[in-house]
Amino acid sequence: MTIGSLPSRYRISIDPVRCMECERCIENCPYGVFRRDGDRILVNSRNCTACHRCIACCPRDAISLEEHPCDYRSHPIWTREAREAIYNQARTGRIILAGMGNALDYPVIFDRLVLDACQVTNPSLDPLREPIELRTHIGKKLAKLDLRRRENGDIELRTALTPNLRVETPIMIGHMSYGAISLNAQMAMARAAKETGTFMGTGEGGLHSALYPYQDRMIVQVASGRFGVNIDYLERGAAIEIKIGQGAKPGIGGHLPGEKVCEEVSRTRMIPLGSDAISPAPHHDIYSIEDLAQLVRALKEATEWKKPVFVKIAAVHNVAAIAAGIARSPADAVVIDGFRGGTGAAPRVFRDHVGIPIEAAVASVDKKLRDQGIRNEVSVIASGGIRGSADVAKTIALGADAVYIGTAALVAMGCRVCGNCYRGLCPWGIATQRPDLVQRLNPDAASEQVANLIRAWTLELAELLGAAGINSIESLRGNRDRLRGYMLDESLMQVLDVRQVGA
Amino acid sequence: MDRKRRTMDGSGIRQALSMMNERGSGEGAGYVAYGVYPDYRDCYALHVFFDNVRENKDVVDATLEQWGTIEHDEAIPTYDQPNLRAVHTPWRYFFKPDPSLAPASTSPEDDIVSALVMRVNTARRGALIFSSGKNVGVFKAGGWPEEVADFYRIEDYEGYTWLAHNRYPTNTPGWWGGAHPFNLLGWSVVHNGEITSYGTNRRYIESLGYTCTMYTDTEVVAYLIDLLVRRHGLDLDLAVRALAPPFWEEIDRMPEAEREWNRALRLTYAPAMMNGPFAIVAADADTMVGFTDRSKLRPMVVGECADRLYISSEEAAIRAMEPKVESITMPAAGEPVIGRVAP
Amino acid sequence: MAKQVAIDGKGVHYTPLNQQIRKAVADGADEIVISNILGQRFIGDGLRGNVTIQLYGVPGGDLAMFMSGPTIIVHGNAEHAPGNTMDAGKVVIHGNAGDAVAHSMRGGKVFVRGDIGYRGGIHMKQYEDHYPILVVGGTAQAYLGESLAGGLLLVLGLNGPVQAREIGSGIHGGEIIIRGDVDDACLATGATKVPLTEEDRMRIAPVIREFADDFGLDPEPLTGAKYTRIVPASARPFVGKYTWE
Ligand code: SF4
Ligand code: SF4
Repeated sequence: MTIGSLPSRYRISIDPVRCMECERCIENCPYGVFRRDGDRILVNSRNCTACHRCIACCPRDAISLEEHPCDYRSHPIWTREAREAIYNQARTGRIILAGMGNALDYPVIFDRLVLDACQVTNPSLDPLREPIELRTHIGKKLAKLDLRRRENGDIELRTALTPNLRVETPIMIGHMSYGAISLNAQMAMARAAKETGTFMGTGEGGLHSALYPYQDRMIVQVASGRFGVNIDYLERGAAIEIKIGQGAKPGIGGHLPGEKVCEEVSRTRMIPLGSDAISPAPHHDIYSIEDLAQLVRALKEATEWKKPVFVKIAAVHNVAAIAAGIARSPADAVVIDGFRGGTGAAPRVFRDHVGIPIEAAVASVDKKLRDQGIRNEVSVIASGGIRGSADVAKTIALGADAVYIGTAALVAMGCRVCGNCYRGLCPWGIATQRPDLVQRLNPDAASEQVANLIRAWTLELAELLGAAGINSIESLRGNRDRLRGYMLDESLMQVLDVRQVGA
Repeated sequence: MDRKRRTMDGSGIRQALSMMNERGSGEGAGYVAYGVYPDYRDCYALHVFFDNVRENKDVVDATLEQWGTIEHDEAIPTYDQPNLRAVHTPWRYFFKPDPSLAPASTSPEDDIVSALVMRVNTARRGALIFSSGKNVGVFKAGGWPEEVADFYRIEDYEGYTWLAHNRYPTNTPGWWGGAHPFNLLGWSVVHNGEITSYGTNRRYIESLGYTCTMYTDTEVVAYLIDLLVRRHGLDLDLAVRALAPPFWEEIDRMPEAEREWNRALRLTYAPAMMNGPFAIVAADADTMVGFTDRSKLRPMVVGECADRLYISSEEAAIRAMEPKVESITMPAAGEPVIGRVAP
Repeated sequence: MAKQVAIDGKGVHYTPLNQQIRKAVADGADEIVISNILGQRFIGDGLRGNVTIQLYGVPGGDLAMFMSGPTIIVHGNAEHAPGNTMDAGKVVIHGNAGDAVAHSMRGGKVFVRGDIGYRGGIHMKQYEDHYPILVVGGTAQAYLGESLAGGLLLVLGLNGPVQAREIGSGIHGGEIIIRGDVDDACLATGATKVPLTEEDRMRIAPVIREFADDFGLDPEPLTGAKYTRIVPASARPFVGKYTWE
């Protein structure tokens, strides 16, 4: 034994006094933590992922869960994670894959920004009393308008607008592919998007026929693997998004293991049953910015210039210049995914160490586009770690038009952020294709929950806007005067272009 | 405004403004008059606050001479007032830019002058150009309206359009540059209220080559009007509509063609839209326009009497100036009131 | 009677050109002859139907992108990525073509009489009855069949032996068949040579005949020639690279 067994990550215990041996925990745990032995329920804590399914279904509150029941010797540098990664790689010699977003303890900039409210010098607005407009248009805008007055006094619009998506709230649902998540999960979110007047992304897994009724609320994605992409798919979407990169793993491709390619997934992605779906790191028809512009045009030309085309990039160091390049193509929107963006699986080293936070990325993209005098001509959608309406408001004040949520929508459906999506056994029926698990997620109930979340955030946004004396979301966009930095350093405040509290 | 260009001296508006002293705090007031410099009508009248004439004037002289000819310059006559501390020396230049220096421009003279204004004001070398149009002059300072009027002897000036403002500053008390009216080239603006979208508006206008130097929300209005009307060629009422557009609910109910252009206007000029409570009066050589925010959070009254159009926060001020006023109305939110002088 | 439509492509931008093509197809054209093509990209982009389009001149990149059904015959060379993400239909090029020919093609055929550039057939993939076929008469450059996931990539080497490097890098499905010998040093890791079986030969013979027929060649010496078949060493090249947290 050179390394030996490591301490268990979680400890599950059952209070025998409370337990009524109903076995719900046994049925519900796909990881096999529980088993019955006579009149007792036994546990194997090593299998636990802290998904909380058992805790949620136990009628007696008999189960308790403890994280890290056994400590290592504490050390500020040689953390548990650092040591365990080394043990793992010493044993396997492989790249470590991990689920969900960035798990390193970087400071969260959102939590060091505070919003403004009116006192005296202008009235705060009560959303019940005054309209607060959250409607947002995603798409290309004109630099200037040619409006002429005819002889008879009518106004003539001489410059046509290109198609824009009309979103009733600046909260959209980002791309999570069928394959990575279940059809029930996609269905629930699609219905919620339709109900709340917003849009959701298909991810790069194609569009399942069950989602056709919601297609005018779906943004179809074209990623490097081109899975599920054909002319029919492009025409169905309300908009098309080219995925260049993703915040959780900038610069690398993706890989859906064959185990997850069940019959329906295979049909939707148009790949053989059980085959690995490998997305190359780059699009092989994009090796430079002019090639990107060409793909944007190719997609527009294929759909006869009726669909907005977005381009999604991971927030990397040079994100501002890249976004400016995209803005000068016919692309309608730039999607920026910050380094906290979620994922089913990503190499840990990328998830935790590559890319920059969305707050700084949005601020610098907005500034770069303004420096070039083209900010309003293109929309900016931000994503990656948006946890609540305050984050939405702050993102917009830093310069975004709208946000994509991902993990938050999953959490609204029951996800516990256990980070084990890649195992395909999601006990909540979200990140799994196993039929018995998928059917645990009721699309009706789940869609209501996601819709509720969007409605609740929308209400809060309206309140925040009203308190700031603003009755339309476009007057918050890039309005960094309504933000203050709290315990942020000088140079970061310069990047964010905000003043410090008290200033 | 007198629509027939018959001039009025400054005593009337001095009287009107003093009716509203309750609205101010004695820390800033100002006047602008159109038609005040008939002898130099073809020159840009640049009004400058010098912190110190000896130290700061040479730089401005040199800059101006680089870009054109100074036809005449002098100190603006002022008269000491017991409660008004003269922290700046107001100066005026009558300046002719050399159009051949901006060959690519369709309006080279305007472009040169507006660029000069931005340059001098951003340099912050003890000189601030606060008035830059032809045959127009802004007279402002820190103090109560009457003091400022008497400091400049405003009754000595004759203009056919006058704007005046009494300030209750919260942002930059006492700073002369912060007093209204704000002016750029032909356009002057006075404003009551606070623009909550200032951060958005400023970043938009700055991205298009303007520089905000006055630390206050009102100056963006002057620049926005300049952008929309002069540079983008929109009719004034459409420009106002871009700044205070109808709500989406109203737009949704419009007939199709109207809905389309209103939608286009809102989308194109989303960052120009002004939010928060405001009543604004703006003027150029031919026009005067008054409008409020689209929720009507600040008061505005319009009076008419023969050829004269009056816009004010209070009726009393109009009656003080024109006791025989014929009609008094209150315009709807976001609805511009436009007066034009005869050509 | 077959309905023919003629279009003069001289100086016409690709958007109005494609509009004219779509309109002709909607009006029931069987054949569209377009003359004076020079550099227009995206010809036939997203086009459906059974029409045959004869192009005279040199079309720009992404010819027949997302196309689903029609046949495009190019009397001249083509630029980069003809047949990009094509779903069904056929592209016949009587000259050479640029890089990334048939990029991500899922179905249909691309036949190039002459040579192609780098990364030919990159990430072609197949699904059920969608089976993409790229046949190159001449030779191909490096990274031939990169990331290949499905379909058939056939290089006949009519202008001399194929000497591309890094053939089949990242291949995890489909097959690359090259006439003559291929030096082991030209193969990328992950690709492996296997003998061409009689069955394989039977499979490719109709493809060769169709190609020969399209370009007026004698198929017999080709069908009976020696071929090298290159397939993935593993269908799952990524297994073994990762461990879970
Ligand atoms: S679910 Fe709760 S009560 Fe039921 S067997 Fe498990 S621990 Fe006991
Ligand atoms: S989706 Fe499921 S597996 Fe993934 S983190 Fe959430 S609960 Fe865990």
